[in-house]
Amino acid sequence: MTSYTWYFLRRLGQFVLVVFVGINIVFFVTHATPIDPVEQAISSATQFGQSDPRAVEIMRKALRELYGLDGTLWQQYLTFWRRLATGDFGPSLSAFPTPVSKLIGQALPWTVGLLATSTLTAWCIGNFMGGLAGYYRRNRLLKAAGIFAMGLQPIPSYIMSLVVLILFGYFWPILPITGGFEMNIHPGFTFSFISSVVTHSLLPVLSLTLITIGAWFVGMRSLVSNIISEDYVVYAELAGVDRHKILTSYVMRNALMPQLTGLALSLGGIFNGAIITEVVFGYPGLGTLLIRGVNAGDYSLVLGIASISIIAVATAVFAIDLLYPLLDPRVKIR
Amino acid sequence: MLKIVRDLFRHNREFAVGSILVLLVVGLVVASFFSPYPPLDSYLVPPDTPPSWDHLLGTNSRGQDVFWQLTIAMRNSLFFGISVAVISRVISLVIGLVSGYAGGMVDRILMSINDTFVVIPLFPILTLFYFMMHDHMSWTLLALAMASLGWPYDARLIRSVALSLRNREFTTQSIFSGMSMRQILVEDHLPYVLPIVFSTTLNNINWSIGLEVTLSVIGLTNIETPTIGTMIYWANQHTAMVAGVWWWVLAPVATVIMTFIGLFLLSVSMNEFIDPRTRLARMGA
Repeated sequence: MTSYTWYFLRRLGQFVLVVFVGINIVFFVTHATPIDPVEQAISSATQFGQSDPRAVEIMRKALRELYGLDGTLWQQYLTFWRRLATGDFGPSLSAFPTPVSKLIGQALPWTVGLLATSTLTAWCIGNFMGGLAGYYRRNRLLKAAGIFAMGLQPIPSYIMSLVVLILFGYFWPILPITGGFEMNIHPGFTFSFISSVVTHSLLPVLSLTLITIGAWFVGMRSLVSNIISEDYVVYAELAGVDRHKILTSYVMRNALMPQLTGLALSLGGIFNGAIITEVVFGYPGLGTLLIRGVNAGDYSLVLGIASISIIAVATAVFAIDLLYPLLDPRVKIR
Repeated sequence: MLKIVRDLFRHNREFAVGSILVLLVVGLVVASFFSPYPPLDSYLVPPDTPPSWDHLLGTNSRGQDVFWQLTIAMRNSLFFGISVAVISRVISLVIGLVSGYAGGMVDRILMSINDTFVVIPLFPILTLFYFMMHDHMSWTLLALAMASLGWPYDARLIRSVALSLRNREFTTQSIFSGMSMRQILVEDHLPYVLPIVFSTTLNNINWSIGLEVTLSVIGLTNIETPTIGTMIYWANQHTAMVAGVWWWVLAPVATVIMTFIGLFLLSVSMNEFIDPRTRLARMGA
């Protein structure tokens, strides 16, 4: 067996573990808590006036089956996995009778688009600038960029989105601050729709990029400033290799590997940030749907989004893991 | 110790700025004990007055003084952050030290569990948790939930330090003199990892306050307790920005940003102090 196959199998194992543990946490949270979602739905349905006890009993039975909460705990556990495997979370209560999977399917592309654009932008710019800052340590502009990045890094996504929202919605209103596209445009493959989607995504993408760019910048800078004192770099410099070549193919290339691992490890956190940013900007992705589900008391929807989020992030991490050997040839040879 | 702090203050700009910001925040927390208004009562002062000498940061639409409200909110948020950080430190220390010391199979298993927890997105899970708990949601429960999910990143850092201690002579010496694993970890290895534990604690406080603010602002916590997050939540509920009561939003946002940057700079300067390589680079070597 080649070493790449081994690597692939190991990462696949990690992927399965993430999904398994994540889904078990979700099951634990829904079943170890003292509150029964069925009773909660019934009490919110019956709070306005009296209901026939027989009707309530029928409703209770239907909801139990709908939520997969009938039978023993073990049966419920198996039902839970079966539903997950078939992608069937039942109908959504707040948007009855649309299935939860359809609602999630509509929201997911927005989140993925937002996440991919901002992560890619932040990762590329942050690493490039950070690499420059680590290599040209005396450059004043890069030093200033470093201070800026340091200030950005610890700000959590909600606060950053709020600040961006206030700046561009209140003080300098030039960009749309809510929604995914203009209300009066029909979704389709037309220029006006696409440009509307792009302008609406600018602010969420901007805040998400700002949140993560600092970490990449600072991380890359410290990696590069460690690498430039390595013997092989000093040797290359003494041998008169072009400085640009040293920076790109000797220093940055090596520093990118831990940064790619870092990307895989921080993807869960970035995902949290994306969801929160969506809520702030009313962006029609998973985050907005999740909060809508919570406010509407829609158990299936919240459960479905939590499960899908875990699977989506695990898949993305797995994809990055598979890219890794492209950057680090040692994985293939060993 | 005092000399180190003085030197850091003089030569390390991150430490100086960070500690000033954190001291300001601590000052707010201390001030909260002298608040002339009970924190939960409303309509004590004229609502919606802009900042003035009587009310330093103005008053909000619920008739509360924003400055004194802010001090209590900061105290609760900081206390919450510290509790989460302390509880999760216990988990990350145990996992990190054991994993680094044991090595081999144990290390691999623990680290793959660790990486699993790093990757799992917390926000949907915490939202689900709130959804299940609703009115039964308390700050203690939230702190426990967050602590039991927020340890893995730091466990990995601690493990990387512990790994290097494993083959040091004093560890071998301790093994030969018959010390148990627990003794070696607590008496030999713990002191070495303490500095990094301290710096991760600061980062974890940041992380937990950030998550608290986020959850509260969306209304997924006990919104009756004044925290930085619930303060922004109530401001949003009263549409403070639209109504022109900007000081109600600006005060908590500015304070919490100050806290984040302060704690973060402190942890960065701690890391630099621990790592001699960056100290050398700073001296120009």
